[in-house]
Formats: sequence, structure tokens, C-alpha cells
Amino acid sequence: MDIKPFAPACGCNDEQKMEHKGLTSFTPFILSSPALATDDTPCCGPPAGPASSPHERAGYAICPYVDGFVMTTEGFAPRVKTDLSVRDTLSNLLVRLNVNRNTHKVAPGLYAVGHPDASSPVLVTANYKLTFDHVRSHLKTAHAFILVLDTRGINVWCAAGKKTFGTEELVNRIRQVRLSGVVSHRNIILPQLGAAGVSAMSVKKQTGFSVIWGPVSSQDIPSFMADGMKARPEMRRLSFNLAERLILVPVELSIAAKPAVMALLALAVLSGFGPGFFSFTAFFQRGITAGATLLAGVVAGAVFTPAFLNRLPGSFFSIKGAVAGLVLTIPTALAFSRSWGISGFLGLVFVSTAVSSWLAMNFTGATPFTSPSGVEKEMKRSMPFQIGAVVAGLILWMMSAYK
Amino acid sequence: MKDFRYIKNVTTIELRRDQCVGCGACETVCPHQVFTISGGKAAIIDRDGCMECGACALNCPTKAIRVSPGVGCAAYIIQTWIKGPEKAACGPGGGCC
Repeated sequence: MDIKPFAPACGCNDEQKMEHKGLTSFTPFILSSPALATDDTPCCGPPAGPASSPHERAGYAICPYVDGFVMTTEGFAPRVKTDLSVRDTLSNLLVRLNVNRNTHKVAPGLYAVGHPDASSPVLVTANYKLTFDHVRSHLKTAHAFILVLDTRGINVWCAAGKKTFGTEELVNRIRQVRLSGVVSHRNIILPQLGAAGVSAMSVKKQTGFSVIWGPVSSQDIPSFMADGMKARPEMRRLSFNLAERLILVPVELSIAAKPAVMALLALAVLSGFGPGFFSFTAFFQRGITAGATLLAGVVAGAVFTPAFLNRLPGSFFSIKGAVAGLVLTIPTALAFSRSWGISGFLGLVFVSTAVSSWLAMNFTGATPFTSPSGVEKEMKRSMPFQIGAVVAGLILWMMSAYK
Repeated sequence: MKDFRYIKNVTTIELRRDQCVGCGACETVCPHQVFTISGGKAAIIDRDGCMECGACALNCPTKAIRVSPGVGCAAYIIQTWIKGPEKAACGPGGGCC
């Protein structure tokens, strides 16, 4: 695609903002705004709005987070705002609730913050809008370029695992934006978590750019830059505190929601079967009991386990989830299932604890410290028990109808 | 991250000290401080902290580190069992972890 933004283009909203500090080849081929009639009196109706910016191009829209264009020797780079708008914050909030998560991205390419020139640093990031927003919001006082890779709208860490935040994409993107012409130095700053996908040596060999490994978290970028591009040891460490865990809960819940609703319906239908073959009264009464216990299991696995991850016993997530499951489902089952005896009680606890254990095991994917060898080991060890508990639980629950 | 420990003795990480040139890349890129440089060469100081992301091996200039890298995600591993490692993706509907 030949879409390199070259001239003719200029002064978007206000030409005064245009910066070309330190760049010699600023020879803008300016289309003067279509001469506004000397007398501005509109022929009819309300006064006309402003003329289109020369940066606007047919079929493209200028993104709301772009507040101008910076001239480089290789063309214009959109300058992005470093304050997030209400709209940015709102859409990032929705993404945390798993709304539009797969389409929350920005176009890959070269962006600018502040008034960068040929000696300004270049920070590389992913094209997940949430990531991009974090990065730009921590560059309030910086003059820098941001090189956004096409990670298919996925964060740096996960994209590095899939190699979309990878050597090949980085090398191609450096060439595509002609970075060696934009800046006079040969350094690029990468987030440390991108190292799982990018070989610094290979990038150097192919493009001449040296990779400087930046901090893990974008909030440390200002002090990293202030310290002369050095990340202190604490900036190299991953953290996974309570807030960082809880923010993941809505997505975990929304992923669990669909199978949970289906399981709930299936369990309610099973609950209807009894001595008189099928009873709608039982379907509702027993169904509500089963549903409440199942819900407790879902909460135990997808909310309680992430929240108390460091307090729950065991190194297997499945065990942590089972413990959380027992803690939450026993009181729930006791509160609801008295009329269905010990078999009903045990049946519901077995099923719901297995659900909690399973959901907890799935939380491994959202944590930054589980190894694939470990996850595979715990899955192989735990799944027979989880499946066994569900089967046994269902049998006990069905039996409880024939007391 | 020292308050979060995962399963012990499972990581596939291997360091061949004789091939190490002591450049320190592994120490820099590892997000769990598995390595340190001592006596001009890398050493593994926290083996069980390794989550097998593969950053060290990918950035080792002499290929002195070997690890079978991957994603520690149950949903992903199930997919590798069903569809095979090539077609597996994390999360439902093409989403991600």
C-alpha cells in the first residue's frame, strides 16, 4: 500500500503548531486553504465551518487523539495527545469489560509526541489501543517518536509470545516508516516484555538500530528517560498486585459467562428430573438451588481466586481454585439445599468446586509468572479430578431427587 | 514477584556456562531475575522463577541458553492438544490472554 503521507499536506487545525525544529528539509508544499471569499458572508443559512485541513485525505479520517502533524525528513508524522480524553478512558474501560476488545487498536506506523526532531528518542509499542494510550499518557513532557507495530491489537507481552511483537515485524516497520531517515541516531527503545519476541542482535544486523530495553511498565518511562535511558532494577521486575489482578476479573467473568449460563440451564433441566419423570416445580426449586451453588463456584474461580491468589494454598491454580470453591460453595449449598439431603449437598459442592478449580486453572493465562511446562503439568494432574467431580456430583444431585 | 511462586522443578531452561560470553543480555531481559552475572558469566539464581517466555534464549548471542518457550495459559494448551501447536490461539474467538 502506497500511503506514505508525503506532501502536499499541511497545517491541519492550526498551522502554527507545525514543528520543524532541527529538521532542515522542511519545504512544505502548502496548499493554501481554498481562498475564502474576502467577504465571509454566507450566501444562505448559517456561516460555513472551517475549511478542510490539507492533512485530511479522501477515505481517511484523522483520529481524535491526533492534535497535529510533525514534519520529518520522511514526511509527516501524526502528533498524538498525551492527555486521554473521556472517550479514550471510556473505551478503555469497556475493553476491560471485554467489549470491543478485538477491535480496540490503532493503525501501525510512526507517531510523535511533543516536538521531536531528528535526535529524539524512538519508543516502540504495540497497536493495542489500551497499550498505546498508556504509553502516550506517560509521555507528557517528552519529545519523542512512537513506532507502533502491528500486533493485531494485542498487548506487548502476549504479542511477543506470538511473535507479532517480533523481530520480523519490527524490522519491516522500521523500513516502512524509513526510520533511518527520520532520526539521525540508531537507537530504539523497546518495552522489556517485548524481549520474548524480539532478538536485539537480529534487529541490529538487519537495520543498524540498537535495541535499548526499556522498563516493563510504561509508567516508568519518564524516569527511565530522565535517567539517561537506564531502567533501574525495580523497573525490570514484573508486579502482579491486587489492583493488577482485579482489573482482569471482568474479562475472566465475561469469558466464563457463556459456558456458565449453558451449564446453569443444563443443571436446571437435570434438576427437573425426579420420581415423576419431569417436574416443572422441581425444575424451578431445585434449579434455583443448583444455580446459586454453581454461581458461587464461578465467583470462587473467577473473582475470589484472582483476588486472593497469593493467600490461597497450593502452587497449582486448580488447587487454589478448589479451596476457594469449597469456601464459597459449602455455605451456599447449605443455605439452599437442606431439603435435598446429604447427597444433594455433596453433589452440588462437587460440581461447583470443580467449576471453580477449572476457572482458576484458566486464570494461569492472565498471570505473568506461570510457565507452560507448569500449566501443562497441573492440567494433566487436575483434569481427571475435575471431570470426576463433575460426573460424581451430577449423579449425586440426580439421586437426591429420589430420596 | 517473589510472593508469587509457581510449580517447582518444571522449567525447561538450560544454561551452558562454557558457551556464555557474559554479555548480560539474559539478566537484562528476564522479567523474573532468573539470572545474574558472576565471575564474567551468567548464572541461574532462581530457576523456579522462570516462566519459559524465551526472552533470554532469543537474545543470547551465543545460544548458550535453551528453553522450550511457550505461553503458560490453560486455554492455549487445550488448543494445542486439540488443534495442534500451529493452529492454537489463546482465548476464545481469536482474542488473547
